[in-house]
Order: sequence, then structure tokens, then C-alpha cells
Amino acid sequence: MQQLVILGAGTAGTMMANHLRKKVDLREWKITIVDQYPKHYYQPGFLFMPFGLYSENDVVKQKREFIPEGVQYIEAKVDRIEPEANQLVLHSGMTLPYNILIIATGSKTAPGQTEGLLGDDWRKRVFDFYTFEGAVALREALKNWKGGRLVVHITELPIKCPVAPLEFTFLADWWLTERGLRDKTELTYVTPLTGPFTKPICSDVMGHLLTEKKVRTVTEFNIARVDNENHKIVSWDDKEVPYDLLVTIPTNMGDEVIERSGFGDELNFVPTDKNTLQSKVKENIFVIGDATDLPASKAGSVAHFESEVLTKNILHYMKGEPLEADFDGHANCYIESGYNKAFLIDFNYDLQPVPGTFPLPGIGPFSLLKETHINHLGKLAFRWIYWNVLLKAKPMPGIDHKMSRTGKHIPQEILAAEAVH
Amino acid sequence: MAQKQINGTTIDVNDEGYMTNHSQWNKVIAATIAEEEGITLTPAHWRVLDFIDHDFQEKGVVPGMRRMNKVGGIPTKDLYELFPNGPIKKAAKISGYPKPASCV
Repeated sequence: MQQLVILGAGTAGTMMANHLRKKVDLREWKITIVDQYPKHYYQPGFLFMPFGLYSENDVVKQKREFIPEGVQYIEAKVDRIEPEANQLVLHSGMTLPYNILIIATGSKTAPGQTEGLLGDDWRKRVFDFYTFEGAVALREALKNWKGGRLVVHITELPIKCPVAPLEFTFLADWWLTERGLRDKTELTYVTPLTGPFTKPICSDVMGHLLTEKKVRTVTEFNIARVDNENHKIVSWDDKEVPYDLLVTIPTNMGDEVIERSGFGDELNFVPTDKNTLQSKVKENIFVIGDATDLPASKAGSVAHFESEVLTKNILHYMKGEPLEADFDGHANCYIESGYNKAFLIDFNYDLQPVPGTFPLPGIGPFSLLKETHINHLGKLAFRWIYWNVLLKAKPMPGIDHKMSRTGKHIPQEILAAEAVH
Repeated sequence: MAQKQINGTTIDVNDEGYMTNHSQWNKVIAATIAEEEGITLTPAHWRVLDFIDHDFQEKGVVPGMRRMNKVGGIPTKDLYELFPNGPIKKAAKISGYPKPASCV
């Protein structure tokens, strides 16, 4: 019996367990999934919790519920991966050998990486919403908000769901307006980037929206430390932004198990082929989701598209066939903009977000890079889809893992630049 | 695409002055671009530029701040002293590489 081990039962690992359970011959392969934590969080829901739009029950379920029959589930902490020995060493000292390993260890916040972030203001005036505990604590803090300086801040890139800080800002603007607190609140968006988003056309659209909503934007801010005593963040070139309430996105890093195994990059992400999803560590190790070092967004939609490519490649690898270089960096993200409206962006390694319709060309129902009510309904529907379709690896009709260019209005200058290459 | 003359050599640059063809780069050109940015290159600067060059050859992108710290062994404080007002942006420009998207 050959062993296929999936390390991590989050979004990506769970999808892989469900895909492979259906496709792999279980008389020849035993599938095992390992994770140290019992709870599965619907992470996109954390955004809504501080505003009381989602409660704890909307975002938490048990990981075991989503692991199919026929897949062995082990709840254990893994000390390290030993690529040369083809085995995992568990914290208990037990070893778990594998013929194929899929790393799906994700990424998480590392507030300890910034001087002073875990100081006296932490969870008093300084919050994050990228963790369940952070989102709950921030909700309680907002209940007592009377006005002042509210600062939304990104520490460094890459972060999971790179649009979430923008969404938080838009939702905060709406929430404050509804409560009559917007006039009493100075809302500031602080980023290390040169603009509000990584991709130029989308960044322009978001920039206009921030201006329209009277959000002050501070760009190219590289944080050196949090000054807890004077309640301000200070950059390496001595710029300062004072806060009464700081909502920060701390540095995001891969799991420590990657560092302990000795093959991660400077942020503990695993070097991975950007088209096949095979690791650069060893040929029988594959990587999916936030754990990779791919130049793609760290997002559930990306993990979903990757899971379809990786399933094909695992089956190829089992048969000794060549892998398909088929992952194109496809991401598909809603951007909540408040007042029951949202944007949708659809892009990949080669094409940045542009206007258009999705998934049906000319019809939609969703509009790309445009603010609509239907897009917002799509975002809300997504929670049901996540728990019931996505995690269970059921087909999503009409949505291919490869990004489609039809239905997109690609600006002339992008087409011209593509023609040169 | 714009062009620029440096010591009798023609180099291709974009509208922000970043070189678009690294094969045209050399140390004299680096020193000239640095002077334009108000920086006189010292061995400490070259340690940074050499690391960027080495890392770009390996990874295909200009290293970010954390990579400079952890892999290059160069503290952020030093980078700001050597290349004030946006160290990665400036160092990338002097190294003859593209401006990184998430740069300071």
C-alpha cells in the first residue's frame, strides 16, 4: 500500500482530500490528512465580524466534518518534514512515512515580527481581524467607539486576501456613517505599496473610491515600530501616523513547520513551481494554497483553482506521467465596498483585473471591477458555496480553473504591451 | 521607450528612469545613476547592490526588505541610511533592475 499524506486540513488540504478520495484507487493508495487544530474557520467571514454582520456560528465548524470517509484523519502537531527520508516526524516523536506529500500548511499572522505591535496597546487600541480572536476583540472595541483617529494598516506584503484591508475600510466608512460617527472619525489607510492595491487599474479604481469616501491614504509606509506610549506607528524613515484605534494586518508568514524543516523562504513559504505546483524541494512533494511562494494572491479562490490542477498532476505523478504546467495564477475575489455593494475582480499571472462581466461574457450576472448590488449578493452566497460545494470539491459549473479572457474589456495599452512580448 | 546617454553609452530606460535592458548595465552606469539620486557609492552600497544582483539572477525579482534582512544579512536601518527615501526602489534603480511593485 502506498501512502499519500496531506499536511494541513484547512481550505486547500480539505479540498485535496475530497478531490483525491474520488479519483485515487484506494486499493493501492492510502490517503492520510494531518492537522493539529480541530476547528475549521471560514476566514472570509472574519471581515464581517467586527461590524456584527456575522457571528461566531457563521464562521466556525469542525475540520473532521469535511474529511470524507476513506481518508484517515490524524490530529497531531508535526515537528518537521524530512524530504530525504520521505517522512513526517510528529511532535510525539512518531514518524509518518509517505510516497507523496502535499503541503497545505497555509499562512498566518505573525504580529511578533513588528517591534511594539504586541505592546501595551495590543487588543486595547491595536487590533487585527485576520484571526478569529482578533475579529471578536475588534467587534467589542468598535461597540465603544466614539470617534477619533481610526487607522487601517498593512505591515508588509504578501498578505492573505490582499483586498481585505480595503474592504474593511469601506465597511468601516459605512458602519460609522450609519451610527452618526463618520464625521467624528478620521479614517486613514496606510500601506507599504505605492497605491491602494498591487495591480494598477484596480489600484486606480480603489484609489478613487477611497477619495470619494474621504479616506486619507498614506502610501510607501514601511513600519519600523508601534509607539505604544504615544499611540502612533513610526516608519523606518521616521514618518508617523497617530491612532486612537489601529486595525493592522500583521506580517503574514508560512507555518513554523516549514522553517523547522529547513526549506522555506524568508517568510517560511515553500518554493514551488508556479504552473505545476510541484515543490522545488523534492519531486514527490507538492504544495497548494497559501503555503506556496507563488506570485499569486493568497486566497481561497486561488486554492480552489490550484486544487483542480494539482489533482490532475498527482494522478499523473502516480502513473509516472509528465506533469501539466496548467496553473495560470487565476484568482477571483469579491471586494465589499459597503452599502450592500461589491466589486468583483478576476485575474491571473499575466492579466491584471480589468472591467467586464463574469462568468458569462456580456451577461454576467456579475460585473468585473464595477460596484454592483449583485456582486454583493455573490459575496454573501459564497459562504454557503464554501461550506457545501468548494470544500467538498463538488463541481462549480461554468467556472474553469483557467482564467477566461472572453467577457473582459482589455484596455488597448495592455493588448499592445502583450503584443510586444 | 526612452533612451539615455551615460558616458557615451546609450541605455534604454522607462519613464521613471529604470533600465529596461539589464545587459546594458555596468558599474560605471550604476555609479552615474547613483549620483543622479544624490548617492556616492561605497563598499557598503555595493554589498547591497551585489546582493540584489545575485538574488535577481536566482529568483527573477528584486528582493523585498525582509529578504534583504534575512537572506542578505542587511538590516533595514542600514538600508535607509545608505539609500534614503525608499531604499529598495533606489537600489533597484541603481542595480539596473525594474522597480518592484511593493517597494519602499
